[in-house]
Amino acid sequence: MTHAVFHPPARYLACGAYELLPFRFIGLDDRVVVVNEVGEYELLQQDEFHQFVRHSLSPSSDVYRNLKAKHFLRDPESLIPIKLLATKYRTKRAFLEGFTRLHIFVVTLRCDHSCHYCQVSRVSMNRSKYDMTPESARAALDWVFRSPSRYLKIEFQGGEPLLNIELIRYITEEGERRAAASHKDIEFVVATNLSFLSDDILTFLKAHSIGVSTSLDGPDFIHNTNRPRPGNDAYETTVRGIGRARAALGKGAVSALMTTTRLSLEHPEAIVDEYLNQGFDRIFLRPISPYGFAVQTQHKTGYDVHTFLDFYKRALDRVIEINRGGKWMVEIYARILLTKILTPYATGYVDLQSPAGAGISVAVYNYDGDVYATDEARMLAEMGDKTLRLGNLHSNSYEEVFGGDLLRALVSASCVESLPGCSECAFQTFCGADPVENYATQGDVFGHRPTSRFCARNMEIIKHLLRLYHGGDDFVRQLFWSWIENVPVHSLIERLPA
Amino acid sequence: MRLWAVGTASGITQSVMGKVATRPVEDRAQRPDHIAYGIDHELRSFNGDLLEYAGVLCSKPLATAPRIPVIHSAPNLEYLSDGDVVRLSPDGSVSVLYRRSSRNNTILTTERCNSFCLMCSQPPKTADDSYRVRMILRLLELIDRQAIALIVSGGEPTLLGDSFLDIIEKARTALPQTALHVLTNGRLFKNKEFATRLAAIGHHDLMLGIPLYSDLPELHDYVVQASGAFDETIGGFYNLAASGVRLELRVVLHKQTYERLPKLAEFITRNLPFVEHVALMGLEMFGFTPRNLDVLWIDPIDYARQLEDAALGLATRGMNVSIYNHQLCTIPRSLWPYARKSISDWKNVYLPTCDLCGVKEFCGGFFQSATKRHSAHVAPCVPLSGKSLAYMQQLHNQIADSAALPG
Repeated sequence: MTHAVFHPPARYLACGAYELLPFRFIGLDDRVVVVNEVGEYELLQQDEFHQFVRHSLSPSSDVYRNLKAKHFLRDPESLIPIKLLATKYRTKRAFLEGFTRLHIFVVTLRCDHSCHYCQVSRVSMNRSKYDMTPESARAALDWVFRSPSRYLKIEFQGGEPLLNIELIRYITEEGERRAAASHKDIEFVVATNLSFLSDDILTFLKAHSIGVSTSLDGPDFIHNTNRPRPGNDAYETTVRGIGRARAALGKGAVSALMTTTRLSLEHPEAIVDEYLNQGFDRIFLRPISPYGFAVQTQHKTGYDVHTFLDFYKRALDRVIEINRGGKWMVEIYARILLTKILTPYATGYVDLQSPAGAGISVAVYNYDGDVYATDEARMLAEMGDKTLRLGNLHSNSYEEVFGGDLLRALVSASCVESLPGCSECAFQTFCGADPVENYATQGDVFGHRPTSRFCARNMEIIKHLLRLYHGGDDFVRQLFWSWIENVPVHSLIERLPA
Repeated sequence: MRLWAVGTASGITQSVMGKVATRPVEDRAQRPDHIAYGIDHELRSFNGDLLEYAGVLCSKPLATAPRIPVIHSAPNLEYLSDGDVVRLSPDGSVSVLYRRSSRNNTILTTERCNSFCLMCSQPPKTADDSYRVRMILRLLELIDRQAIALIVSGGEPTLLGDSFLDIIEKARTALPQTALHVLTNGRLFKNKEFATRLAAIGHHDLMLGIPLYSDLPELHDYVVQASGAFDETIGGFYNLAASGVRLELRVVLHKQTYERLPKLAEFITRNLPFVEHVALMGLEMFGFTPRNLDVLWIDPIDYARQLEDAALGLATRGMNVSIYNHQLCTIPRSLWPYARKSISDWKNVYLPTCDLCGVKEFCGGFFQSATKRHSAHVAPCVPLSGKSLAYMQQLHNQIADSAALPG
């Protein structure tokens, strides 16, 4: 055997002072959160933080080691941290690959509901005025397939899109034909209030694996108040529709979204319980959008951001308690943020990215042939402000719309890396920008962070999630991971029965 | 079980390799691939018709020695059976290179290495042993085409350079149904072209098992006793992943690695999420380990917290994780579902006290070398019953149906 000589650990220590790699920081209670360019973070004590930035950490201290392993600092001339950061940076921004994936078709503006917070819909039977024409649908499909993305998703929106089922059939069949011809994957989803389900429609949805997304705002007294309808039976109609759609399409094909109104604020537990009772294992706690009739009906629907945050935290607590009771349930917004905070991956959520998803991840084809970068931009247009209209299917070219000045302006105004108030924010990589909301609420696409509801809401939810994750509760940690992995805790971890 | 024995040679000028045959091979053209095997009496079934075989291996001297390579009286090889591959050498040594009934067949490519790990179980040598390549290429022709899996090990196999690629290519063509598990430190794959060339071979079922001992370069480099090794291995992981080569990450647990194990788990999920499997492995009391015992030894009971945190942390983060080379009595019960019977059959033993244990059938036992040192907490466990018994039985049936676990 070779005469073996072993060297002591000191031989392998780097010599020379460490260098700092890019990071941002913010206070969290009595500690400091440092976050690097790829979203990895550490919680430091104040004195540890000061030693770190003064280059005075000892290489044998845990703080030094933890920060080094997460690429907050590096030894002189070590290139691997830079390479790893570069790869992780690309991974975090994988959502930019492929350009526009989600294409929203507003097949009609007509609806049987007259919801207080609705942005756009009209109770009308005037088909020629409010329905998308086959010509517009065909032109929109041309543009959908101009998108370089290999994965395409078409969402049918309204109004109540099932009122124009003929056009949905056409778009679906034509979309599938073109996808097959161009070797792309395409999926469809319809956002519907379920009033107009028929066996015929269900057979069609099933045949084309079209997902159903509906609105459920909570128990009957909330849902019916938010969503008036002749007969005041919106809740019963929705619940009946959910049952019918599940029976025909399978449970997983039916999802529901809730919108938080002023009435909702006092009832977070009841709303979560309603989702549980209706057999949903996920709930998306969404604040109201500051658009459409929601602005005109502020007195009925509006509230300030702190009231919403109280609501959100109480509802999230309820979801966690339900899980503790043995029933797996996911809160979708937390899931999106936790994925950004705890994993190296990007999410496909277009409303919280940088640059914003507007146009480059999502596009909206309105019933009248106008094209918008987001659903919110078309809502703004329905309120009379067409500033954010990208163009029209019939009078503009694809290049004019998707390569035009307006979309370029929206993209460059929505990079948190350079926005005032975002560029130095520690939570930058977890967050995103919404130039359309900025424009609607603050008068310009850049926005003003100190008075931004979007900013206040996300800052506090991120802090809340960090506090929960680091609160010393193993159950919550595992639950959060099960949300990220999208499977119940018991399928993540093998457990030997007692 | 011994895979090596010395007997008395005659008629051997250079070593010969062949498949063990206990009965005459009908197809005469196949006979040069075979070595007639048996005790002298059995060899009579060959009717003295031995001249076309590559050689003869028998337990007693033959009455009339044929003029082909013969080794007799090599002890402890009774386990040999048809289809096993042996090599007969002029000095009378018999090497068992492949056992058809085993899932732990390992091909030793070279004894040279560019690392010098504190706990190496197979201490590297410096002599040029590239002669092995020709033998390995021949061996791959002789191994049963139904073989489920082979392990390619070293030393550091990639030091063979182009010859390493030749071996993988040969395994692809000669054994089109066999999985290949290559144990390498991955350092030479810092060269992107080397990784690309490996991937370009297009092997049907190739996995590289690469060790990473710490999330910190200085600690990993200390364990492998090579400056810059961490950077090279990480570079290798990335180049291999980018080329589409499937990867396993291996960690050997000892006094230098257990403390940051949970941090390493986090590092893996943030930086190496593409690895398909993470193996957390117990120490083998062999090679360099006994010499470095003071810097390496820690009773597994004393790192139970870190092991549990890391293993369950990896599982929680959606990673596929296994625990190798640990006895069930030395790890928390929560980890039992992750513990595998990982120790190669020929060096796998149990202690006398294990006969009293109620979960021995689910336990991987010890390396033979553990007789030198093992956990002070080895003790019989109470038997499982009802649900927990059914659970473990089902789990182990599933594992038995999957491929080999090189430990």
